[in-house]
Amino acid sequence: MSEDRSAVLSRKDFVSDQEVRWCPGCGDYSILAQTQKVLPSIGIPREKYVFVSGIGCSSRFPYYMNTYGFHTIHGRAPTVATGIKTANPELSVWIVTGDGDGLSIGGNHLLHTIRRNLGVKILLFNNRIYGLTKGQYSPTSELGMRTRSSPMGSVDYPVHPCCFAVAAEGTFVARAIDSDTKHLAMVLERAARHEGTAFVEIYQNCVIFNDGAFDSVTERDDGTVHLVDGEPIVFGTNRGKGIRRKDGALEVVTLGNGVGEKDLLVHREDEPDPGIAFQLARMDAPGFPVALGVFRSVRRPTYEEMVEEQIRRAREEKGPVDLDALLREGECWEIK
Amino acid sequence: MERSTEQPKTRSVPIEEVEQVVIRFAGDSGDGMQLTGSQFTHTSAVIGNDISTLPDYPAEIRAPAGSLPGVSSFQIHFGSTDVQTPGDQPDVLVAMNPAALKVHLPDLSRNARVLVNTDAFTPQNLKKALYESNPLEDGSLADFQVVKIPITTLNARALKESALPKKQLDRCKNFWALGLLYWLYDRPLEPTLDWIRAHFAGRAEIAEANAAALKAGFVYGEVGEVFTTHYKVRKASIEPGVYRKVSGNDALVLGCVAASLLADTPLLYASYPITPASDVLHGLARYKHVGVRTVQSEDEIAAMGIALGAAYAGNLGVTGTSGPGLALKGEMLGLAVMTELPVVVLDIQRAGPSTGLPTKTEQSDLLLGLFGRSGDSPVVVLAPATPADCFAIAIEAFRIAVKYMVPVVVLSDGYLGNGAEPWKLPRAADLPKIDVRHPNDPKGFLPYLRDPTTLARPWAIPGTPGFEHRIGGIEKADKSGNVNYDPANHQLMTELRLRKVEGIADDIPEAAVEGPLRGDLLLLTWGSTYGAVSQAAKKARAMGRSVGHVHLRHLNPFPRNLGDLLRGYEKVLVPENNTGQLRFLIRSRYLVDASGMNKVSGQPFKIREVLAKIEEFI
Repeated sequence: MSEDRSAVLSRKDFVSDQEVRWCPGCGDYSILAQTQKVLPSIGIPREKYVFVSGIGCSSRFPYYMNTYGFHTIHGRAPTVATGIKTANPELSVWIVTGDGDGLSIGGNHLLHTIRRNLGVKILLFNNRIYGLTKGQYSPTSELGMRTRSSPMGSVDYPVHPCCFAVAAEGTFVARAIDSDTKHLAMVLERAARHEGTAFVEIYQNCVIFNDGAFDSVTERDDGTVHLVDGEPIVFGTNRGKGIRRKDGALEVVTLGNGVGEKDLLVHREDEPDPGIAFQLARMDAPGFPVALGVFRSVRRPTYEEMVEEQIRRAREEKGPVDLDALLREGECWEIK
Repeated sequence: MERSTEQPKTRSVPIEEVEQVVIRFAGDSGDGMQLTGSQFTHTSAVIGNDISTLPDYPAEIRAPAGSLPGVSSFQIHFGSTDVQTPGDQPDVLVAMNPAALKVHLPDLSRNARVLVNTDAFTPQNLKKALYESNPLEDGSLADFQVVKIPITTLNARALKESALPKKQLDRCKNFWALGLLYWLYDRPLEPTLDWIRAHFAGRAEIAEANAAALKAGFVYGEVGEVFTTHYKVRKASIEPGVYRKVSGNDALVLGCVAASLLADTPLLYASYPITPASDVLHGLARYKHVGVRTVQSEDEIAAMGIALGAAYAGNLGVTGTSGPGLALKGEMLGLAVMTELPVVVLDIQRAGPSTGLPTKTEQSDLLLGLFGRSGDSPVVVLAPATPADCFAIAIEAFRIAVKYMVPVVVLSDGYLGNGAEPWKLPRAADLPKIDVRHPNDPKGFLPYLRDPTTLARPWAIPGTPGFEHRIGGIEKADKSGNVNYDPANHQLMTELRLRKVEGIADDIPEAAVEGPLRGDLLLLTWGSTYGAVSQAAKKARAMGRSVGHVHLRHLNPFPRNLGDLLRGYEKVLVPENNTGQLRFLIRSRYLVDASGMNKVSGQPFKIREVLAKIEEFI
């Protein structure tokens, strides 16, 4: 039944009647458009989608999706999402967060949600700045970045969101960029279909407070590398460079002169050792290309599956429930 | 004095009748005092006494054996007349070691009976209890009736046939002491013998040793020539029915489970471990077969968020905590106010600001519960009066939350949570139904279109086609629920949220008065002070005083007749285990010149303290 209805859904079905109020040119528009484009193809009816957000520019997202939506408070979207998903595992629950919301004020919840492998999608819009509060450095801002709250440069060492997610034993960790819409759509679709926590970092350009933050990545041919499962990791003009793993460390090599694709690291999304995904997620300029794509995709029982399984077992063991009998468990006595 | 139990010298000790007795069992954490106390309680309940109990555990997890911080105690008050508190002062202190004697002696009145295990008064144990000389020999106990019994020795002698190692036999000595107390207060051994058989099923030697120790203690009472009298406490006149003993935390658990069944809606409880609320989490985790989901969250804020998310998704969402946790939940509770979702917060209050005294009781979160959020954010606040009342209060909390789409805060406390009393089990058919409604016609649906009577907004849950909508913490436009920054709309919505909570006053019982409707003095209470104050007021009335007592279970909104009641008395006294929070509310709300009686020692009120205060006021 529900499959039938979803089959006829289109992008428009996911567009709400609310006027989108991000700054003109904001990367958020692209992410919204790709999400609205991808969801109709997943085969889940619209009423089963719930978008949950925290606070920040990204967190306005649910208002623009014509699904169920909950705009919560700063950093706490994963908690509300945990309640929703645990109460009703049938729902497709999406958390929309940012670098400040997800990794600063809400870092604790992000860690525990990923660790539990709760079956939710987490889209972390990373613009490396606080936008809504008008331009302070964030947990992903580079060291030395001058902002209104760091006039002499930030002294906060940044975190790589995907490294954080891998270290939290994430079962699906990926990175995309707002400007590469086709790749972004592919990653979103993969996330939508993942069972367990799907963590997606999306580089998102803030045109007002941190414009061009990802130019070094996007403007050079060898600034990024697209990870493809089962294939050697090559990048650059004419696929002339590659990533090799030597003595446990990654290095960039130029192909030719006896170095071939056979010498390169073959990307495996289901690699048992998460250390390699961590290394790939940590690659950054200068010296390395930034990796885009799926770092890790493995199957592990989800939190809600295990919760449901315990309930099923308990019901099987204890049989039907009667309130009178339930109150009379334990040591009772009768006064006549 | 020591006599073999194998050759009893039969004699008959005279029996005397008493109305009420308070016994405190005290010993080292490893002495099994909680078990001893709860067995005595169960037996007393089974034979028809009215009872009330209070355990007192050490704050430390494993304090050194024999030390003062390692003392654990259990107090039981039983009687043939109305028992409402665990008792002001013990008539009998059972002290299994010097540390137990030292910790509890200050609570005894002159002439109280002190039963000590002399075997434990070794130089080493006296030193651990910081005694410079042996109190059993230095005359310091002259004011008390000290009964010296070498319990360890007598217990070992009674069990000399057992093949168990000495160390294990010694652990039976609490049953020996229990047997002696059973003789002293004329109780049957059967309920405890039954318990021993069931509990140690498959461990026959241990069961036999414990049973033998229990019987030996009993026989010693009869033949030991230590007591010249023993006592009988008649059955209380208790309503017929099936009873079980519940602590407040047990009753909250059962109330939550019952609410889920009465509402035919799954319950999700999210909580971060905190004293004294953790037992609610432990309790609910055992009801998975009823469909109860428990989530042990990463922190207090998450617990509140998870409960709220569950409520949004159509479950009965509930979280439990103590004061410091409620402080952390404040912002998320504000979101619950804004999104008007039926979420319940249980606060098992403990003493003090910050970490305070986690194992001691207080009622000092009243204003935090009422106001501890940003903005004008009214919530419903309820408080149970007794341990068993926690059951009814939990059901009431969900009834209100679901009917009015409003967060409800329940203020229990450590005294209620850990204290226990007999509870006459209700019949499920007599419990109030919880009417859960989800809209089913999407035509004309608006997320903030209110029911004209209750002002509740519709509870449209994710997964329902045609009701897709967005909610959140930003101010909502009236009816549509869209984000709205309009000044007039914010004024309207703030007033609507307030009016909705105030309107609940029409849906709760009027406050009832125990005693005269008009008079010299009104005692106004809430929460766990009910028992002590009710008893004190009864005693005062028996002495001819004109004293009324009103007890509040609904703190926000107040019962609609409260203002009128308050004006019927010359004076109003508000006894509270805080520095005057209800008094503050009453004075500002009703302009009544109420006085306070404020005990913040981490201990509940004693009946005689309240009685003395009444005398001072009249």
